[in-house]
Amino acid sequence: MAADLLQVKNLVKHYPNVKAVNGIDLNLKTGVCFGLLGPNGAGKTTTVEILEGINQASSGEILYKGQPLGEQFRNEAGIMFQSTALQDYITVHETLEMFARFYPQNSDIDNLILRCNLTEYLDQDNRQLSGGQRQRLLLAIALVNDPDIIFLDEPTTGLDPQARRNFWDLINDIKAEGKTIVLTTHYMDEAYSLCDEIAIMDHGKIIAQGTPKTLLAENFNDVVLQLPVKKLNNIDLSALTTHVKHEFIEITTCDVNGVISMLIENDISLSHLQIRPRTLDDLFLELTGKELRT
Amino acid sequence: MSFKRFLALFLTRNKEFIRDRSSLSWNILMPVLVVAGFAFAFSGDIGKQFKVAVVNESVTNEQAKEFLKLKHIEFYSVKSTKSEITRSIEKVQRHQVDMLLNAKTNQYWINTESPSGYLVEKILLSLPNNNFEKQTVTGKHIRYIDWVIPGILSMNMMFSALFGVGFVIVRYRKNGMLKRLKATPITAFEYLSAQIASRIILIMVVTAFVFYGTNLFVNFVMNGSHFNLFLVFGLGALSMISLGLVIAARITSEETAGGMLNLFSWPMMFFSGVWFSLEGAAPIMQSIAEIFPLTHVTAAARAVMIDGAGLIDISYHLIILILQSATFLLFGAWFFKWD
Repeated sequence: MAADLLQVKNLVKHYPNVKAVNGIDLNLKTGVCFGLLGPNGAGKTTTVEILEGINQASSGEILYKGQPLGEQFRNEAGIMFQSTALQDYITVHETLEMFARFYPQNSDIDNLILRCNLTEYLDQDNRQLSGGQRQRLLLAIALVNDPDIIFLDEPTTGLDPQARRNFWDLINDIKAEGKTIVLTTHYMDEAYSLCDEIAIMDHGKIIAQGTPKTLLAENFNDVVLQLPVKKLNNIDLSALTTHVKHEFIEITTCDVNGVISMLIENDISLSHLQIRPRTLDDLFLELTGKELRT
Repeated sequence: MSFKRFLALFLTRNKEFIRDRSSLSWNILMPVLVVAGFAFAFSGDIGKQFKVAVVNESVTNEQAKEFLKLKHIEFYSVKSTKSEITRSIEKVQRHQVDMLLNAKTNQYWINTESPSGYLVEKILLSLPNNNFEKQTVTGKHIRYIDWVIPGILSMNMMFSALFGVGFVIVRYRKNGMLKRLKATPITAFEYLSAQIASRIILIMVVTAFVFYGTNLFVNFVMNGSHFNLFLVFGLGALSMISLGLVIAARITSEETAGGMLNLFSWPMMFFSGVWFSLEGAAPIMQSIAEIFPLTHVTAAARAVMIDGAGLIDISYHLIILILQSATFLLFGAWFFKWD
């Protein structure tokens, strides 16, 4: 069994009039990709910043490899903030070289450039990078010290679908090396695809934690049937759990056969019927009552 | 303190500055344009009036009284202390005053190399029954441009130091660059010392460029040691960069930073003796000016360039600059916040 890399005990952070983090306990094992999810204002950014050593907790304890956060942690942690400005007039290669010199140990820079697909942009000024190129450079910076633990704060926000998928491939490569990853994201599909374990935060507390599949299995035993609203011919669905979403009605049920029989009895065409399992979006909505992102 | 980390920050900051062509050009062009403007503006003797310093004006004897009645000569009174008389003689040597007259003893000083001094002497000696006693001094003509250049160089250094460090730190804090650096093993001391070292070297290179560049077409006076002047500007740059660090230690808004930097730089620009001498200013103004690093840089640079002063002569200014640098640095490092 993998050892605990990062232990968090009863973490609390007070701001004037706000308790942003309210008694969080976490144990992150080596090689795990851990996702921290939560609506805006849930306290996840504050929590992650405290874990990164950027912010100070009001109380509680954080141990990295059994020791309080210190020089060893700063040398062995890789951090990718959601929005980090890079120095103007400095090229991609120079930026990587500068960050590499901050650490006693480094990844192979040439290999890092290849992995993050930065070869074409090495001599390009940081100001001229596109969103995707910039995110890949920020990831390369986070990996420049060959870290044992990597914090990725909403790494794919603002990227187009293709760039997001490419980024996921990169993160999967990092996972394959056995690195520990702490990922915050607004995208549930991203969390589901990348994370071995997730925690959902709200009001400064963790309200659910486990593997995505376990959490879904624990919270749901039903599926969702989707039909266009206009195909329903105003039939009475008051006996069912329904939800209208983007001109579709979603019927949540454990009895798929019964619902389909009822639809057939009412002459409803099933040609546009879709059945999907419950997702992390549903779980999130169920637990927090807030949609993370539409 | 890791030298490797310091060097990484130092080299990157240098590249950033050198590649920012507009900023670099402005740093060099601004003082050159100011000097060129002053050289042009003060190239003629338009409206020149003879200027005579008078000691013991209140106890003037009859002969001197006749002289002081003459029109189109500007007379101004000088205290009869030894230091004031010595200072006035120095002004005669530099052609800043055409004559010094002791109205009680009838002694007068003129510069034998000054055409204006020659003419004023002729007027004085044309008075009937005169028995004035002539004292002569020699010295090269000090133009206003010679006098103002040490101040312009110092002022340019001040703007480069305050805005080049203060404003940049605030910009990095605002856009999250400092926060990113905080997440690395970099310490505040390493970061700040790299900023200071980078800016000092850049300021010294730019100042040297402006110094020798403007000298090509202005040919200003440089009577002292270049090493002494280098030391004065080096210490001046350090003290003003340190002041910039104090101002930028916690500010997160570029607008506030701009306002604060202007709040410090504008009074220094006008009341540190860059453009005009503070000798005749109110005592309170002179006391306030003593607080400004720019006052000491300008005074020391002027003493080196015009009077050929040695390190002992300017030690008072150097010690003040060292003390100010140490105070600002300690306070700035202690007060500094990454985000």
